[in-house]
Amino acid sequence: MSAPLMQATGLTLNFGRIRALDEVDIAIWPGEVVAIVGESGSGKSTLLRVLSGQAQADAGQVFYDGQDVGAMTEAGRRRLLRAEWGFVHQNPRDGLRMTVSAGGNIGERLMAQGNRHYGNIRKAATAWLQKVEIEVDRLDDLPRTFSGGMQQRLQIARTLVTEPRLVFMDEPTGGLDVSVQARLLDLIRALVAELGLAVLIVTHDIAAARLLAHRIVVMRHGRVVEEGLTDRVLDDPQHPYTQLLVTSVLMA
Amino acid sequence: MSWALKTEALGKSFTLHLQGGLHLPVLADVSLSVDPGECVVLAGPSGAGKSTLMRCLYGNYGAERGRLLLRHAGEVVDLATADARLMRIIRRDTLGYVSQFLRVIPRVSALEVVAQPLTDRGMARGAALDRASALLHRLNLPGRLHGLPPATFSGGEQQRVNLARGFAPGYPVLLLDEPTASLDAANREVVITLIAEAKAAGSALIGIFHDIDVRDRVADRLFDVAPLQEAA
Repeated sequence: MSAPLMQATGLTLNFGRIRALDEVDIAIWPGEVVAIVGESGSGKSTLLRVLSGQAQADAGQVFYDGQDVGAMTEAGRRRLLRAEWGFVHQNPRDGLRMTVSAGGNIGERLMAQGNRHYGNIRKAATAWLQKVEIEVDRLDDLPRTFSGGMQQRLQIARTLVTEPRLVFMDEPTGGLDVSVQARLLDLIRALVAELGLAVLIVTHDIAAARLLAHRIVVMRHGRVVEEGLTDRVLDDPQHPYTQLLVTSVLMA
Repeated sequence: MSWALKTEALGKSFTLHLQGGLHLPVLADVSLSVDPGECVVLAGPSGAGKSTLMRCLYGNYGAERGRLLLRHAGEVVDLATADARLMRIIRRDTLGYVSQFLRVIPRVSALEVVAQPLTDRGMARGAALDRASALLHRLNLPGRLHGLPPATFSGGEQQRVNLARGFAPGYPVLLLDEPTASLDAANREVVITLIAEAKAAGSALIGIFHDIDVRDRVADRLFDVAPLQEAA
């Protein structure tokens, strides 16, 4: 089968005496949604930061599209983050520019890619507001006037407008009300399918993982303890920790 | 061409680590073979492992021992060892499953739920929606419901959405886990006809049916799933 879009091997990272990542191997192919699940402190967010070039591992390698990301220049990594990758933070304030209008937030990544035609950028921004279900008359408003759910949808629009090939999402529904979470998850599900994106999503929400992910990777104490097809891992968990995780979910 | 799906000495047990490592053997030495155009019905008492076998066949339970062979895209694939990405392709192209309950996705309409496996295989959106609509109508789901998410539907209506979704693509192998359980007599007849059509089109079907009347009308043969003897 085809080559993975991103592949990491032997990732190890220590924070003092704490081993945050312990020999982690992970790969993702084009068009695939992979959820990384585990409790707080399992290393899942650290893994995402290492894979997206925001943190450096002590050992191990990350390849993107056949290139060794660790061997790239800082400029090369920034170009990847701008053009090929997207990152959706748990807190929209980390991904948005709060002093710039909604339209400006969406247009900024397009401009960073060299788009200069103001009318086209505004048109793209308007179209993306509609895609993420924000009223288009909010185009010139500042994100701080938006609710948390709207801010998160705006961050998604800002990230996806440049059609990245690989999107990292760190607990994208984390701080939101349950009703807002469901809407956001469904929106992510629809956009990912429509655009055929590869997505690595970190979540502790098993139901979200089941809804979105084709594959699940279970992490604990910096190690991958189990991985596989989403329903196989959730319906027939093998590792004691995965069994605990799955049976701890409250049924609605 | 002979069998479409075949298990060889399939075994499955569960180890419950949270219950002190309690070991529950469910299936041992299951050898089942199903030909294209044939409907095999799993028989056996409640708790014998029929549903476990179905889930092993679909891959949501991992096969523990033995082989689970499927003809997919002109090749023989062992589902016991197939990786997650290959399983996704197999489920898109070859292996379908109608479960007892519809896993509802919020805000997605019944029509889209049924059309999705078709567009996943590359069918044009218009054609997929037409086929979805036709099947839902055949299963007597009125048109005014097609545009609504099935979350608010009755059990029987959700079951029919599930059936339409399972039968729409014409999978070479289709698994049916009590597909008629919550249906009225008229809709049971529709399902019996759909099964006959799938068989005529060369699909291999494996089903669990508790309704004896339905079972006798669709089954070419029964396959006994016997409870394992308690280990001494």
